[in-house]
Amino acid sequence: MRPVHLLLAAAIAALYVLHQDIWFWRSATPLVFGFLPIGLAYHGAYCIAASALMWALTRLAWPAHLESAQSSFSSARAARSGSTSRARQE
Amino acid sequence: MIPAVIVFCYLGVVLYIGIFAFRHQGSGGRAEDYFLAGRALGPAVFLLSLFGTNMTAFTILGSAGHAFANGIVTFGLMASSSAFVIPLTLFFVGTRMWALGKRHGFMTPVQMFRDRWECGHIGTMIFALQAALLVPYIIIGVMGGGTALRAITGGVIPYWLGGAVVALVVMSYVFFGGMRGTAWVNTFQTVLFLSFGAIALVVIARGVGGFPAAIESLMASPATAPLLTRERISPLFFFSYTFIPLSTIAFPHITIFCLTARRMGQFKRTIIFYPLCILAIWLPCVFLGVAANAMRDVPRIEQKLEARQALASAPASMPAEERASLRRQAAGDDVVPIMLQQFAPLWLAGILGAGIMAAVMASDSQILALSTMFTEDVFAYYGGKARFGENVQVQTGRIFVVLLTVVAYMIALRAPQSIFDLAVQYAFSGYSALSPLLIAALFWKRSTKWGALAVTLWVAFAVIYTARVPGALAWFGLMPVVPMTLISCALMIVVSLMTRPPSHETVQRYSL
Repeated sequence: MRPVHLLLAAAIAALYVLHQDIWFWRSATPLVFGFLPIGLAYHGAYCIAASALMWALTRLAWPAHLESAQSSFSSARAARSGSTSRARQE
Repeated sequence: MIPAVIVFCYLGVVLYIGIFAFRHQGSGGRAEDYFLAGRALGPAVFLLSLFGTNMTAFTILGSAGHAFANGIVTFGLMASSSAFVIPLTLFFVGTRMWALGKRHGFMTPVQMFRDRWECGHIGTMIFALQAALLVPYIIIGVMGGGTALRAITGGVIPYWLGGAVVALVVMSYVFFGGMRGTAWVNTFQTVLFLSFGAIALVVIARGVGGFPAAIESLMASPATAPLLTRERISPLFFFSYTFIPLSTIAFPHITIFCLTARRMGQFKRTIIFYPLCILAIWLPCVFLGVAANAMRDVPRIEQKLEARQALASAPASMPAEERASLRRQAAGDDVVPIMLQQFAPLWLAGILGAGIMAAVMASDSQILALSTMFTEDVFAYYGGKARFGENVQVQTGRIFVVLLTVVAYMIALRAPQSIFDLAVQYAFSGYSALSPLLIAALFWKRSTKWGALAVTLWVAFAVIYTARVPGALAWFGLMPVVPMTLISCALMIVVSLMTRPPSHETVQRYSL
């Protein structure tokens, strides 16, 4: 596994753990922008962090090799009908 | 009357988009064009439609209602966990589904399972379970349409007529437009209800003279201060909810939708923007639901708060009917429409009502998915396509759409909503527990059809068991979805290792 992939895997695990924000469990303050309870603001910011992580994933770990499947589409459809017939013999 | 006119104009636009899309069929096969939009949806439609497909009546009405009763925890339970898990599953599972769909031409997950695990009737069992878990979702969509139209028109349109109008509109554009019509309608609806949150927040904030005072008053009262924290629920229960978004990728309408992208690159924007879309719609709705607790000068909200107080101080001897009646009065699903009626001008309330309708009319994708599954996994698989041809297959799909909508409407008229609210909750747990099927098929070469059968039987048993026995599988304070999913994983691994894997040739065809 490449180092950048390891880093991304660690970031995914870290963000999953960060969802469980027990440190703001019993507190409503400080109020962000004067009206958003801190627990709600934290999870709002969490969504933005999730979006940033997804951006990093699509930039650094995009499974580009899957796109080559397009080219074999036509020929493989024939294979599918054959395999479906095989499966029906179960 | 003005809101009703605007909402009916909106329904007219929705119908037009569906029929307009019908006229622009692509060059693919007829079935593929009708059920998958010719696998040719563009990037914007793919993002907005996929997001809209996953948002339901609960997004605007239910989330605010849940937050009205439970506070800010609603956002962490349902929104931020989805903002993380759903794009991640699209990244890992959705892209792989798309690639294999292109390679092998399948149109439903069951087609892939049958081919991948060299099975036939086990696939039919998976189809039956998926369909059984999807039907309550469709019924609740029809019910939501009737309830929302009645609320928006101030009771001018009765529930039965509202449900019929919404069911007819949805049925028409699914019937004529297929996946392309449904995707375009969903795109339009998503733009509408994404705008809804921000506008509603601004309008209501102006109406109440700003939110800081409202939040301060909630903090000052011992009865309402816990709504601004999560002290009323346990961290384990909160953690359990991160398993629920696993259901999304296992829902057939989402899996099937992953097959409609023209290029895999279209997943990129969807994956990046999905969390931001969640933020845009859920944060205002949850916040408004919480803030509604401070609006005691709005008579209908005051009645709800009084009912909640009466419920909290009710003696144990209170009759069940009286308790249920108080619970209904205290329910906050309509607090956002109530606040809009109070604070927004009539024309704006009408437009925002259309935004609510846009979120409510979410049953279209499920109806189309069930129709696709029936025609591909049953009709075509058992020889209908070979005998009667592809045109008949598409017409069968259309007839199925009509029958399904009529049956859903008839049930929606007769059965109480609470039953289906519960059924949908079980469906979410069921689909989460079915997600190991998809993951094993795509990522684990050693997985077998017997492992898939064990998972299917376990999930069917667990859904029925948890529905019939209150508190079943709620181990160590966790929600049942956690043990259900973990046991599914264990069954898939153990049973697969004990049984013969598919042929090397089949496994190779699924290597990516």
